[in-house]
Amino acid sequence: MIAIPDENDTASEEAQNRETTKKVLKGFGRKRFNLIPILQKVQGSLGYLPREAMTEIAEYLNIPAIDVYGVITFYNQFRLTPPGRHSIRVCLGTACHMKGGYITLDAWKRRLEINPGETTADREFDLDTVACVGCCTMAPVTVVDEKPEGNVEPTRVDGILLAFEQERAGRDEEESESD
Amino acid sequence: MKATEKTAVADAFEKLKQIAASHCEEISQEKPVIMVGAATCGRAAGAPEVIQAFRDEIKKRKIDCPVIEVGCMGHCYAEPLVIINKPGYPPICYGYVNPVIAERLVKEFIIGDNPCPEFVLAALEPNDLLPSFSDFPRSQYERKIILKNCGHIDPKDIDQYINADGYAGLAKALQTTPSKVIEEVINSGLRGRGGAGFPTGQKWQSCRDEPGKPKYIICNADEGDPGAFMDRSILESDPHTVIEGMIIGGYAIGARHGYIYVRAEYPLAVKRLETALRQAKKSNLLGSHILGGDFSFDIKLFHGSGAFVCGEETALIASLEGRMGMPRHRPPYPSSHGLDGKPTIVNNVKTLAFVPSIIRNGAAWFRDIGTKDSPGTAVFALAGKIVNTGLVEVPMGTTLRQIIFDVGSGIPNGKQFKAVQIGGPSGGCLPESALDIPVDFDSLHKAGAMMGSGGMVVLDEDDCMVEIARYFLEFTQRESCGKCTFCRLGTKQMLEVLTDFTFGEGTLEDIDKLEQLAEEVQAGSLCRLGQTAPNPILTTLRYFRDEYEEHIELGKCPALMCQHLIAYYILPDKCERSCDACVGTCTVEAISPNKKRIKVIDQEKCVKCGTCLAACPPQYNAIVKLSPPSEVPAK
Repeated sequence: MIAIPDENDTASEEAQNRETTKKVLKGFGRKRFNLIPILQKVQGSLGYLPREAMTEIAEYLNIPAIDVYGVITFYNQFRLTPPGRHSIRVCLGTACHMKGGYITLDAWKRRLEINPGETTADREFDLDTVACVGCCTMAPVTVVDEKPEGNVEPTRVDGILLAFEQERAGRDEEESESD
Repeated sequence: MKATEKTAVADAFEKLKQIAASHCEEISQEKPVIMVGAATCGRAAGAPEVIQAFRDEIKKRKIDCPVIEVGCMGHCYAEPLVIINKPGYPPICYGYVNPVIAERLVKEFIIGDNPCPEFVLAALEPNDLLPSFSDFPRSQYERKIILKNCGHIDPKDIDQYINADGYAGLAKALQTTPSKVIEEVINSGLRGRGGAGFPTGQKWQSCRDEPGKPKYIICNADEGDPGAFMDRSILESDPHTVIEGMIIGGYAIGARHGYIYVRAEYPLAVKRLETALRQAKKSNLLGSHILGGDFSFDIKLFHGSGAFVCGEETALIASLEGRMGMPRHRPPYPSSHGLDGKPTIVNNVKTLAFVPSIIRNGAAWFRDIGTKDSPGTAVFALAGKIVNTGLVEVPMGTTLRQIIFDVGSGIPNGKQFKAVQIGGPSGGCLPESALDIPVDFDSLHKAGAMMGSGGMVVLDEDDCMVEIARYFLEFTQRESCGKCTFCRLGTKQMLEVLTDFTFGEGTLEDIDKLEQLAEEVQAGSLCRLGQTAPNPILTTLRYFRDEYEEHIELGKCPALMCQHLIAYYILPDKCERSCDACVGTCTVEAISPNKKRIKVIDQEKCVKCGTCLAACPPQYNAIVKLSPPSEVPAK
């Protein structure tokens, strides 16, 4: 999916991001009203909103780039850095908090060695919190790759990571075979 | 309206009803039907696997039995839920179903004649065979209006909704004048369910009276309260009710366009709404010349991007316009100056969901339910330390005690009730002594809490009130849009003071300062977010001041919750030499046996996650939490 770019790749990645953004923009009118739907769709394609996408969008809608940046940083949904291969979102709704969601978050932080909002150096995982996913009965909940997992306590965190590790080992093996 | 047009609408609707009825008959005629609760809560509990198991087994045995994904019945504690409707039997609801049980149900009940009573939660109707939901104590209190269809119809099938009296309200509305519709809503006394409780009819009337054009109606489905999931459940289980309510509202105020502002964190609700809108359009219940009449109306979905403040109507409108979601001063109210500067109505999901049944059954019917000043029912999402977590709908005026102990079956594990948190970050914590307050807009406000959108989180003796106040402040502080100084900086200061308390720091004067600041933030903020942000602090101070004092003076958390004020300790005389359960589970390898093989926790390494406490076998029960941490005996 998303590989770590070396310096030579950066320019081409930027150009590619511009191309994708332009393609998305074609589907929208040049009205300010469309800003948030555009941002959602671009993030849907790129996984995040890089600088070059912001300037493209600003130009298209004829608004200052700072306005685009302002809207992106205002809303929780938008991210400025590429996501990891797997997304870990810890629910911190009231029910989850009271049943130890903060302890679960600590466990994820400890194991992945990153803070919420960050991606691991190998871009395997990104960690974030979410206000409430509405599965309060199964608190504490962690949403792993869009799937809400119930009763995620520190030992379950280790279990989920172990499953991913095995998946990764399988993937590496496949890759080395195809090389 | 001309008489010919009136009959045209009636005829068109009659035709739709007939199609729906014959389609529904086709599904259920002479064969068993399996319905699986597959809203987000059911899915998280494993509904997709259960559905697959049913389908596999049915295919294997080559029988004709449709498996339908329905929404949420509200009994979230027993998910995944399954309803089996077999000719000759009452509809039976099964709880805690897994793929193995699913397989057995097909073998023994669908093919055989054994309804497997061991897995039955209850039958839906009274019968001689099995206990039914009406035998549950909670059914005495429950009265379902907007949750009526949830979990009982397929949200992806408009015919099932029409067959359950759906869109009859719209057809009736279209056959009278818009002012008659508004009159009916005013007479019903319906108050906005978003939290503030403003009379819906009046709001509509003032928007209708505005000369500006075009007019807009917006459904506020940006449910952001942590711990509340009523709107999600309704949108996932019965999206057409909300759509019907919106069309009626649009007709009443004279709008041509509507928007549903739905939270992006609810992907399934978005999907259900998309399907529902498509079907409504196809059946000519949306679009131009609805049901062949003069009225045209369409609805667009807008995905909110995750900002709690966008639940405030002016912020929501700003967000729809592609700007940062910052509230602005009111008046002018959106009913005169809303979206694009045009007259706009913003209604909550639940408010709109009430409209079809009010129009269908009349204002007097609605007034009969609930209290004089707050007619109708209230929907609550029960969560936290309560046995029956899930959704409940009770008439206004039911007491908190009835909701928590009779409907929700009280506190699990024999623990003591401590407080109930109502209305999310804007609401308050009410203690045992306030439990006999009837639930309605005005009584709750007097007690220092508020109706809010309907989140109800029950707290027991293990929950720390200082910590819960800190938690809500952390939330509002993060979600403050930053426009008003008091909200932006005040919440930050309050959060810091509270965080100090949870570390056992601060002085008693800080409590007074906190109280003063809380009142100033209330007074100095423009929108409800800032005005209500101090509520959790003020109510916990009002009812649980001694807990604050213990934190500060003794460095002790009486509920043993604040992580910095507790320590885990293994009682040497209870620890069993031959058992290593805690050693293996400790996530940071902080536990090791001493020379006598008694386990000891290295307090330096311990991260206080509580895994060891859960792992220690009940026959030893050797691990305890101590507060303050200095209680741990030196070696």
